[in-house]
Amino acid sequence: MKTFVYIDHFKGEVQQASWETLGVAKSFGSASAVIVGSGLEALTKAAFEFGADEVLIAEDPALMDYRVEAFASTLSTLASSRMPDLILFPTTSRTRELAAMTAIDLNSGVLVDLTGLSRNGDTLVATRPIYEGKLNETVVCSAKPVIATLRARAFPRPAQDKSKSGTATKVEAKTDSPVTVEGYEVAEQAVSVTDASIIVSGGRGVSNNPSLTAPAGMDDKQAEIWRAQQGFKLIGELATVLGGAVGASRAAVDGGYIPYAHQVGQTGKVVAPDLYIACGISGAIQHIVGIRSAKMVVAVNKDAEAPIFKVARYGVIGDLFAIVPALTAAFKKRLGK
Amino acid sequence: MKIIACIKQVPDSEAKVKAENGQVSWGESPLVINPFDEYAVEGALQLKEANSGTVTALCIGPESAKEALKHALAMGADEAILVSDAALHALDTQGAARVLAAAINKIGGADIVTFGRQTLDDGSGLAAAQTARILGWPLLGLVGHMEIKDGGVRVSRVIEEGRQIVSAKMPAVLSIVQSIGEPRYPSFMGIRKASKASIPVWSLSDLGITAPATFVTRGELITPPSHEVVCEIIQGDGPEQIAQTLADKILAEKVL
Repeated sequence: MKTFVYIDHFKGEVQQASWETLGVAKSFGSASAVIVGSGLEALTKAAFEFGADEVLIAEDPALMDYRVEAFASTLSTLASSRMPDLILFPTTSRTRELAAMTAIDLNSGVLVDLTGLSRNGDTLVATRPIYEGKLNETVVCSAKPVIATLRARAFPRPAQDKSKSGTATKVEAKTDSPVTVEGYEVAEQAVSVTDASIIVSGGRGVSNNPSLTAPAGMDDKQAEIWRAQQGFKLIGELATVLGGAVGASRAAVDGGYIPYAHQVGQTGKVVAPDLYIACGISGAIQHIVGIRSAKMVVAVNKDAEAPIFKVARYGVIGDLFAIVPALTAAFKKRLGK
Repeated sequence: MKIIACIKQVPDSEAKVKAENGQVSWGESPLVINPFDEYAVEGALQLKEANSGTVTALCIGPESAKEALKHALAMGADEAILVSDAALHALDTQGAARVLAAAINKIGGADIVTFGRQTLDDGSGLAAAQTARILGWPLLGLVGHMEIKDGGVRVSRVIEEGRQIVSAKMPAVLSIVQSIGEPRYPSFMGIRKASKASIPVWSLSDLGITAPATFVTRGELITPPSHEVVCEIIQGDGPEQIAQTLADKILAEKVL
């Protein structure tokens, strides 16, 4: 089976789940990594090291910024001439759009956000969560090429072999797009909670530290946000010691405590970390559906009745402002940091 | 300006969804407007308020999906159209996009078509991009803020890396996310108006198309393993002792 693997990146910064996707492609046969953009040397090198049989690059300065129309045209032109059996993407907000348009161009269907993909003779049978993970379904695509996006952390990541190398094959870049990129307001730090193996998350409770007095001159809302930001510093310190990412509940995002990119749950991101530590998060169903795939949940909350404890393996009923720093110190000592 | 908000009807988020005889069952739980699509309607109404114009809510579904359209009307949409046809029972996402594109053309096009980010049931999140591609219109995805300027639309896209500011000429397709603001509650007057509204139902022959081919088909439904866990509450003499016990327990689970 011949598979294209789209390597998703933001200005050369790779989405790590791309390598998991490459590993799945390898298990079916030959895997061609497809990289679209500008300045792709480092990505090309990494694609060979993670096991790509060939690396196809569509490189053009006009593709520096992701614009879905141009990227989709590049992919579908390439697929029309090389006829892969399967095109795989890691699931990201970019690739949902990209896979969607490529499927229209190639007159095929998309199997989205898969947690399983297996081969049964010539048929690929996919498994995916539906109804917010309340059910799983198996799906097949009857058209060719089969187009699919794979959920981050649902498949093993292949080992990187630094001794592997190769020469990229240049392919045609399509640059036409009706969209003009005017600029970015880039976050201080890119957040990829979907890729994280450990997430420490904060909720509304993060703003409720009674021992903090906000600087003079702030109104109530400003003081609340200020207090919450002090709280998220504690959460960030624990995340740093554990090598994890910072997440948040919708209440924290709506409160203006932290940007939307951190939001976990129904209207935010669905995550699948090995460890999810929920601090000051009550655990509304809309949050719980985002963490169903977490291997282990730990909850810290003042309210013993909070529903988050129903999905947690370990819980602490107490003040997060005392527990979280103590936990940071305890892990520092145990992990030798 | 002419704005079309595409919506879907789904089982309520609180519904206990399960597999029953190979079908999805949500018991007695109500069907509601897809929560993500409330942002599509909210965004459309904000555009109308800022630029004047009309908002048409558009939905594919059975007759009962009129209730979701009524919610959009009650929020403030001017009219609603249901596309319903027995031949659409096995629709996949690209098929749905083809039907929506045909309906948008029959409406006479639009300046802006809005979508939610994804649906609660299938969760694919493909509809906006596929409809845009079929229509040949630009896609502005994951929009958190927008303005109409110089005959075009300029938006701030909410992406993992921050915000991306992009613009395009109209007509354009937008998928709208929660940063746009909380969807407004239907007003009393709105609910009254919606309850009296007559919602036209278009069949495939009204759209001048036949049922699109279906490429993606479901095999079986699987009930995922239960997530019920027994929570062990860690207790101790003060935060330090609790934290040390908890850290040891977490390390013993070998999840790090």
